[in-house]
Parts: sequence; structure tokens; C-alpha cells
Amino acid sequence: MSRLHRFASPARFVRLADRIQPWTGWAAALLIGAGLVVGFGFSPPDYQQGDTVRIMYVHVPSAWMAMFCYAVMAVCAAAGLIWRHPLAHVIAHGAAPIGACFTIVCLATGMLWGKPMWGRWWAWDARLTSVLILLFLYLGYIALANAFDNTARGDRSSAILALVGAVNLPVIKFSVDWWNTLHQPASVTRIGAPAIHSSMLTPLLLMAAGFMCLFAALLFVRVRAGLLERRLRALRHARAHAGGMDTGTGLS
Amino acid sequence: MSAFAAALGRELRLAIREPGEAAAAAMFFVLATILFPFGVGPEANLLARIAAGVLWVAALLAAMLSLERLFLGDYEDGSFEVLALAPLPLSLIAGAKMLAHWLTTCIPLIAATPLMAVLLDLGTDGYLVLVAAMALGTPTISLIGGVGAALTLGARRGGMLLSILVLPLLVPVLIFGAGAVDAAIAGHAVRQQLMVLAAMFLAAAALCPWAAAAAVRQALE
Repeated sequence: MSRLHRFASPARFVRLADRIQPWTGWAAALLIGAGLVVGFGFSPPDYQQGDTVRIMYVHVPSAWMAMFCYAVMAVCAAAGLIWRHPLAHVIAHGAAPIGACFTIVCLATGMLWGKPMWGRWWAWDARLTSVLILLFLYLGYIALANAFDNTARGDRSSAILALVGAVNLPVIKFSVDWWNTLHQPASVTRIGAPAIHSSMLTPLLLMAAGFMCLFAALLFVRVRAGLLERRLRALRHARAHAGGMDTGTGLS
Repeated sequence: MSAFAAALGRELRLAIREPGEAAAAAMFFVLATILFPFGVGPEANLLARIAAGVLWVAALLAAMLSLERLFLGDYEDGSFEVLALAPLPLSLIAGAKMLAHWLTTCIPLIAATPLMAVLLDLGTDGYLVLVAAMALGTPTISLIGGVGAALTLGARRGGMLLSILVLPLLVPVLIFGAGAVDAAIAGHAVRQQLMVLAAMFLAAAALCPWAAAAAVRQALE
């Protein structure tokens, strides 16, 4: 555990992030590019869904990432509350908008797929509703984190909200098993062999790996920007404070 | 226990001396419900079909109105600093405030519900289940809403933010609360929905006072 705490130093994290970030960026570009080529060029159309199935190569990885981002956010929020590492809060704030974007992509591609397949853009079933709630949790988290003049208050309030909202993650995961939904149950992560043919699984996994690298690359950029923003705010605050003391002595 | 009773008594006395707040929530509930027949038309079948959902949504929104003040008064005048030093754990103080919110805001809503159900032509099979579902579901609103109120203490646009944070978390209460009434009208068993509502209430009762206390404590730092 103490080995992990070494990375709570923002300076050490930024040095490490600077080194890893270009690699994650290029890996994301290559993997997503390969996934798109294989997905559109070499994977067969589904025998029922036809070419519409190709939407899944974007939809499924973005759904995974939407949940993964929230899990990252919740774990960082807990770490920030327990050990009071400011870096953990910066990472949680950095992950939130990325996760919100993945959720929007997931919902939008799902609607595009739903219109030809189910005959309607939106069905109010458990999976769709719980993912929509996930989006609102992300947006509420972002709003709460920015609602305080005091940064530390925004950090800790939003961290508690992130932990409360984590209740939703198992609901999303198991919604297709608990309720009789229109959305199909898991076909990749089930016990035993995946229920998809390898010609379709390959582009799916390429895209998933690419999305994961994209998340890492974006997160590193956002965390670095967040740390700089905090430093800037602290400097401004210090300068305003010093300036205030000067004017306090006279009418200048 | 006596300290908890004292904390609860203080909240109730404060509410009784300021009766306008609870009355405003009940008035909002009545007015919001009455808007629907004007909006969707007075056709009896349609109103009966949507009555349970309308009443639940109106109750949720009405409860949101008064939640903002739940911790704010004591936070602004500094009473919370004293309460935090009291021997009673902060989670129980938060729990007392949430219970007082339920007693002063949600009980009037539950009392007004049968009358509003008459205006919306809800089938007679649904009355008892509607009131039972409200009685089981509204404490969850006070509990989860209390966490939201504690999180937004001192935030800019706190009241609006509170609704944005809390309403998504209350969607399950709405689903099972309205679902129980729909099942009762359709002649199905309602036990399952009511059990889920009770389970959500118990889970919230165990976790929410604790989370609200954590949020209040960091607001006081």
C-alpha cells in the first residue's frame, strides 16, 4: 500500500504521466483505427441484424467505459476521502466528464441501433433507464464539484456523492438479469465461452482496448490541466491576499 | 435515546412555530396535481391510468421544495457547530432532522393523497395500496434528500443543485411506488413492490444519516 501512496505526490504523478501519455494516445489511435477497419471491412454482417450490428463495436465498448469511468471516479473519491490525497480528487474530477461523454456516446449509439431493430428510439427498460441515471449522476457530480468557492469543499462533497451514486453500478450490470428487459443480456463476459463468433469479437475487443487507452490518454491530459489550474488558483489567491494586506495599510 | 428525542423535539417545535413551510409543500403538491387534468384533458380513463404516477411525481417535487432548508438554517446561524459538539453522534442528529422532515412534510402529502386520487379518478382498488406505498416510499425521499441537502450546504444555487443530485437517485422509489398502485388496479399482487419499497427504506435508513453526517462534518470544517 505504501508503494501506491508514493504516486499520490502530484509532481511524481505528472512526471510519470508525461512519460506514459504519448504512448496511450498512439495506442488509442492505432487500436481504434484497427478496430474500425476490421469492424467495417472484415467482420461479417449479422444474420438477423445485417450491417446494423456494426454499431455494437462502438456501443458496447463505450458502455463498458461509462461504467469503468464511474468506478475509477468512485475509487478515487474514496481514496481522497480516506487518505486526503488532493491528487485523488483531481483524478476523480478529470474522469467525470470523460465518463459522461462515453455515457452519451453509449446512449446515442444505442438509440441509433434501437430505431431499426426495436422500431423505437428509446425503450424505458431497466438497462436504458439505469444508464440514463448514470448520465445524470455524472452531470450532478460535475455540477456539485464546481458549486463551491472553496475547492476542498467541492472535492469532498462531490466525493461523497460519487460514493452514494456507486449503488447504481451493480444495478446497471445486473439489470438485464434481474428484470425481463428488451435489452439483451451479457454475451461477452458470461461464464464459459463468449456467445459471439470470433470474427465479431475481434473488432469489439480492439475497440474496447482502444477506448481504454483513449480514456487513459484523456485522463492524463485532464489531470495535468487540473493540477495546473489548482496551482494557478492558489497563486492568485496568495497574490490577492498579499494585495489585500497592502491596501489595508493605506488608501492607495 | 432521550438525546435523540430531544433533537427530534427541537426540530418539531421549530416546524410548528413556522407552519408555513410544511403547508407550502402540501399546497404545491395539490396545485401540481391539479395542473395535470388541465394539461392532458379531463378524460376519466386517461386520468385514472396516469393518476398513480402523477401523484408520485408531484409528491417527489413537493418534498424537494422543503429539503433545501433541512440543514441550511442551523448551518447558517452556527447552531450546527454546537450540535456537532453535543454527545449525540452527528448521524443521529441528521437522522432526527430527516425524521422531522418526513413527519412535517411527507405526512401532510400522504394525508392529501386520497383526496387528490379522487380528483384524478383513481380506481378504488388502488387507494389503500397508494397510501401504503407512499407511507413506505416517502421516508426514503426524506433520507436520500437529506444527504443531498447536506452535500449542497453553502453551494451556489444549492436548491436547484439539490434537485439535480437527488431526483435521479429517487427514480427507483418512483418506479416501485407507482408500480404497486398499477398492479393493485390491474388486480395483481402488490406484495413484491411494497417489499422492495420497504427494503429501499431500510437500506436508506441505515446508510443515509451516516452519509449526511459525513457531508455536514466536512461542511463545518
